Amino acid sequence: MQKKDLSLYIHIPFCIRKCGYCDFLSAASTPEERAYYVRVLQKEIRAFEPLYNIYRVKTVFFGGGTPSVLEIRHFSRLMEQIRESFDIDENAEITVECNPGTVNEEKLKCYRTLGINRLSFGLQSADEKELSLLGRIHSFDDFRTNYTLSRRLGFDNINVDLMSGIPTQTIKSWENTLKKTVELAPDHISAYSLIIEENTPFYEKYTEPAGRRLLPDEETEREMYRLTKALLGENGYERYEISNYALAGRECRHNMVYWTMGSYLGMGPGASSYIEGKRFSNPRDMQSYRDYVRVAYSTYKSCEPQSKKASMEEFMFLGLRMSRGVSVSEFERTFGESFKELFGGVTDRLIETNYLSLHEGRLSLTDKGIDVSNRVLANYLLP
Amino acid sequence: MSDNKMSRIRNFCIIAHIDHGKSTLADRMIEMTGLLSSREMQSQVLDNMDIERERGITIKSQAVRLIYKADDGQEYMFNLIDTPGHVDFNYEVSRSLAACDGAILVVDAAQGIEAQTLANVYLALDHDLEILPVINKIDLPSAEPQRVIDEIEDVIGLPAQDAPQISAKTGQNVEQVLEAIVKRLPAPSGDPDAPLRALIFDSLYDSYKGAIAFFRIMDGTIKTGMHIRMMATGAVYEVVEVGYFGAGRFIPCDELSAGMVGYLTASIKTVRDTRVGDTITGADRHCAEPLPGYKKVLPMVYCGLYPADGAKYPDLRDALEKLQLNDAALMYEPETSVALGFGFRCGFLGLLHLEIVQERLEREYDMDLVTTAPSVIYHVHKTNGDMIELTNPTNLPDPSEIDYIEEPFVSAEIMVTTEFIGPIMQLCTERRGIYLGMEYMEATRALLRYELPLNEIIYDFFDALKSRSRGYASFDYELKGYVKSDMVKLDILVNHEEVDALSFIVHEATAYERGRKMCEKLKEEIPRHLFEIPIQAAIGSKIISRETVKAVRKDVLAKCYGGDISRKRKLLEKQKEGKKRMRQIGSVEIPQKAFMSVLKLDED
Repeated sequence: MQKKDLSLYIHIPFCIRKCGYCDFLSAASTPEERAYYVRVLQKEIRAFEPLYNIYRVKTVFFGGGTPSVLEIRHFSRLMEQIRESFDIDENAEITVECNPGTVNEEKLKCYRTLGINRLSFGLQSADEKELSLLGRIHSFDDFRTNYTLSRRLGFDNINVDLMSGIPTQTIKSWENTLKKTVELAPDHISAYSLIIEENTPFYEKYTEPAGRRLLPDEETEREMYRLTKALLGENGYERYEISNYALAGRECRHNMVYWTMGSYLGMGPGASSYIEGKRFSNPRDMQSYRDYVRVAYSTYKSCEPQSKKASMEEFMFLGLRMSRGVSVSEFERTFGESFKELFGGVTDRLIETNYLSLHEGRLSLTDKGIDVSNRVLANYLLP
Repeated sequence: MSDNKMSRIRNFCIIAHIDHGKSTLADRMIEMTGLLSSREMQSQVLDNMDIERERGITIKSQAVRLIYKADDGQEYMFNLIDTPGHVDFNYEVSRSLAACDGAILVVDAAQGIEAQTLANVYLALDHDLEILPVINKIDLPSAEPQRVIDEIEDVIGLPAQDAPQISAKTGQNVEQVLEAIVKRLPAPSGDPDAPLRALIFDSLYDSYKGAIAFFRIMDGTIKTGMHIRMMATGAVYEVVEVGYFGAGRFIPCDELSAGMVGYLTASIKTVRDTRVGDTITGADRHCAEPLPGYKKVLPMVYCGLYPADGAKYPDLRDALEKLQLNDAALMYEPETSVALGFGFRCGFLGLLHLEIVQERLEREYDMDLVTTAPSVIYHVHKTNGDMIELTNPTNLPDPSEIDYIEEPFVSAEIMVTTEFIGPIMQLCTERRGIYLGMEYMEATRALLRYELPLNEIIYDFFDALKSRSRGYASFDYELKGYVKSDMVKLDILVNHEEVDALSFIVHEATAYERGRKMCEKLKEEIPRHLFEIPIQAAIGSKIISRETVKAVRKDVLAKCYGGDISRKRKLLEKQKEGKKRMRQIGSVEIPQKAFMSVLKLDED
């Protein structure tokens, strides 16, 4: 029997220090806490062993927090557990998110040995003032050193995360960040806009009038976005998703799974899964997560698949994030419904107003549509 | 009660300016006469409706019978009829006064006489009531009872030197009021054996008993089982139940006779059949002449009420119907708006009445409402000689057909401490007021008399008055008549489309200012769309003001981290949910509260 594709997301909720804008699940930790956490995580991974014979894992992604804060021995144990409990494809894409301030030669060598073949560096900015404002623990030089080291050790697939819309950031400094990054020729660049989320120190600070003045205005942000596309385009990076750029063939396979509604299993507190048409997520706090691990598998088994309506909506609002967009005929094949009946009216209107384009049966966001993608995608929620 | 019982009845009401302690005094009297123990007392027994208690105002008239054992050893029957204090409910006051023989005038020992005090005294005098002044709140540190006593004598001309000085709150000296009611207020007169003549002073709808008529018997007797005739409608009913008022409840009895106050039920279907001001007489033995009734109350302010959810239109109709059973002054008729769909044009006695009806609909009937700007009734004289009473600005005929427009004016009395005379006069001038004169009440207080267009005071005049006088000014008005005015219709165009529900009629002189403020306000209220939205104010085809809601240039979903789709979904759903509370005008979505924003043009 042919095995089905699966992706794994492993959440490491630890950081050296939490950044002021971050609302992901993460915190500083002690070595004991990390050791203990890895044991709990191993337990959760083991719980899903019954999937071994049904699924082959095509991508693994260690995200956080900062996965690279884990000690070598912990990380090794975790990776061994994954290989033991899951059938990992020999060509699997295995990514570890790294904070440029938390890796060293020893750690990177170990990653190589464990079969990690993709690194994702959270650089965010090449401007020292912006980095300190964000609360990052590293400098641009730290990043450059570790990036160069990684290349030397043989990592041939590296992503760099960048952030626009940082307080005090200007078009000039953003352009500088982009240029300094491109000079190093990473394979993939993620360029996000800073979103001021509630319940973060940034929210308090930058929703006040005095703080708000420090943020680039809407027009500047749009300008930054256009500049990103142009500058990266000139250097061979193609935008394949709203915020993701890659050299040919270097698109992040793990991310694509999310947009194309492939199956993925999330491990760790707060991690989300989508498998067998079921969407569920783990408890967010460590205490409840620890108790949950014992029943994780049975919880997954007893979970109801999401409605067809929800799946059709997701097909659209996730698929449209990709530059290649969605195929109308694939939608109809997948769901056995008439696209025109469900979304014809709104789609025609969005094409007419140039927020969407239809090309060879594929529907995708235009540049104008990307600017306001929230608004455009909200149209694909069914009543 | 023995044979000469009429001499031991006192029918009276309490009149006061708002917050001078009318309801507290009533509570204290109910408690002291033993009708309810203090343990059973809920504060403000007579204010039944939640809104009345919360706002500290009386909307409906209420009555209660108290038995008081006086110092002379005799038991007296007190019928206390509670009356609303606010100008909007003057008609309620005047109808209750007709059922009384005397009135207790409560004046705050710190505040002294206020505009509504005067208005209510004049009403009481019109009804030939004996007035008993009472000085309340003597427990306040700022109380100056003697100053207030002198003021009552100077301003109203009532002897007040021996007025009881009380604190209704603490109960201090309240027994003096009870004794003074016996000694100084008159007993009713009338012949219990004459043909029945009873005045309906209020009515109430009860879903089990039908309409309940509240009445005061002038002559004759009402018994259970007798046949009565409503003199205005001629309808005949058999009395099912007759009784008097306990605190917050009805107490049935066999009969009531001349001088008494009570209620009856007779399987009457709606309150319209128990018309307030009508005379009840016997079907067999009837009186020669009906009692003088009341002036029919007419709405002064109109606005459109629309259900927020168009599908709830039948619910709104039912709710209005039920509300009208208890509130004869509420008028409504169906209307349609391009912007808001199906709704009702409703008539109210004033802005407070409007607010209360709106609040009752929302609270008691769970309606979510959109209210359009209130409008007064304009008399539009057409060139062909016809006159239209215009209640909805949208129906204004084409200017070419209009000869002239008249607007209603009121005579207003504003009482204010001298330091605020300047700001208040300025306010009245801004509102196109015509100054009539000023009288000094005493060295520090004056009574200003103005004629003001009703249209200028229905929005927020009261609030403006309070804020410019730091709460010290008080205000009372009555409709004076119609005056020819240069009125124009101001239309609002959103994205070049006229929004009928936002049109209003305004004086030419203030049109520019209003139009400008309206556009500014709407700019704040209308969320940004994917395209630019011009908001314009226009008189006819002439644009007098413009604002622009800028287009949204950027709204991008954040990082979709770790496959957390549900979070992104919530964001999109929130966006979509927001749209539901909007009204679609062409391609623009206007939030429902924007339609009310005209009400608040003078804030900030």
